[in-house]
Amino acid sequence: MNDIIFAVGLVSAIGLSVGLILAIASAVFFVPKDEKAERIQEILPGANCGACGFSGCSGYAKALSEGKAKVGLCSPGGAEVAQKLDDFLGTKSENVEYKVALVHCLGSFDNTSNKMNYQGIHSCSSALQLSGGVGSCFYGCMGFGDCAKVCEHDAITVCNGVASINPEKCVGCTKCVQACPKHLISCVSKRQQAVVRCSNCDKGAETRKVCKTGCIGCMRCVKACPKGAVRIENFHAIVDPEKCIGCGKCIEVCKQGCITMFEPD
Amino acid sequence: MKGLIAIFLAAILTENYVLCKFLGICPFLGVSKKLGTAFGMSVSVTLVMVMATAATWPIYTYILVPKNMEYLQTLVFILVIAALVQLVEIILKKLIPPLYNALGIYLPLITTNCAVLGVTMLVIEKGQADASFGYVQSLVNAFGAGIGFLVAMVMFAGVRERIEHCDVPESLKGLPITLVAASLVSLSFMGFTGVVENLLA
Repeated sequence: MNDIIFAVGLVSAIGLSVGLILAIASAVFFVPKDEKAERIQEILPGANCGACGFSGCSGYAKALSEGKAKVGLCSPGGAEVAQKLDDFLGTKSENVEYKVALVHCLGSFDNTSNKMNYQGIHSCSSALQLSGGVGSCFYGCMGFGDCAKVCEHDAITVCNGVASINPEKCVGCTKCVQACPKHLISCVSKRQQAVVRCSNCDKGAETRKVCKTGCIGCMRCVKACPKGAVRIENFHAIVDPEKCIGCGKCIEVCKQGCITMFEPD
Repeated sequence: MKGLIAIFLAAILTENYVLCKFLGICPFLGVSKKLGTAFGMSVSVTLVMVMATAATWPIYTYILVPKNMEYLQTLVFILVIAALVQLVEIILKKLIPPLYNALGIYLPLITTNCAVLGVTMLVIEKGQADASFGYVQSLVNAFGAGIGFLVAMVMFAGVRERIEHCDVPESLKGLPITLVAASLVSLSFMGFTGVVENLLA
């Protein structure tokens, strides 16, 4: 009987003493918690996508609570989360700009062709290992849909050898931007604007050989733009979204048809 | 010194806790998907293994044995390990927040890691079989066990990253192919049998 009491006493004593040590340690090593940041993090969608430019939702919440970041950077949250954050922080955010992903390639089978009959694993990252991809255009979409596989909102479809993103469904989480091994996808503001749908960095003559709708860097769009928003870089046109007013003059003059009007609404 | 090196190498290669003793399989399969997390998990396991052995060995030798309470070993050890993990967590959170954030959920998970409990109990078993296996040897063994865990985790993370890019048959996708791969890696570790003894003979 004594043995039992001693055993119980021993275990209780050890338990109590480690409990005491833990209690002291937690008092000595107390870390003040940022309750505001925690509340904000509960409002955020928790996608941890990094579209806001911070390291995940906790990073953005911390920056918000310290007043270092603006409300409305959260693309997946959209207007709903921005409204909730405004209510919580007592701020007023105006015309929050939402971003959606866009594929900068129009290389469907009608416009370009494959240089090989690829029989390997059905993924862009695998096909890329084989002499830089299957398409005759080195820069173009391979159409195996690595982007569609990572999309959680069913916004990406691969049709006729090229991926396209439905701006209605896209929340701008940037998962596809990271998934594309050719870096063809980028996030653009969700408003009417001209977008260049080609990423070919070869000279015009080379581009013409591989794709019917590739940008050849002819400068017509640069001359046509009233705002000076278009420039040629690496032998293809780039539209500055800050300057573009969506007038469509560059689209009218483009002979290759690689500039399109982005009309999400 | 030679003896300590032999103990250290044996704990990594011939007595690898994951691949030869099959302890700690849960984190081995759970967190070996990515190299970074596998490494973080193994470092914290190593830390806790050494600290747990450092704490449990004196408790067993100087409290439980004199009172003939050896049967309380499992209970007391779990208590001590759980408290230790909590203590490490509190201290890390205050002193090295980046490491705390990097380890994240893995640190509290180690509380229930059977490899840690296994190390603390097996070193005591070894000490009973061989009188020269004392406190220092136990600590070296625990450290070696942690490094062995790290080797197994990091190696297997590499294997799994390769599997990701393979065309696995539909019925074997996920856990089945992981288990097949784990058994093959474990089999390859059988090849180390006798290496340490002959290396330092």
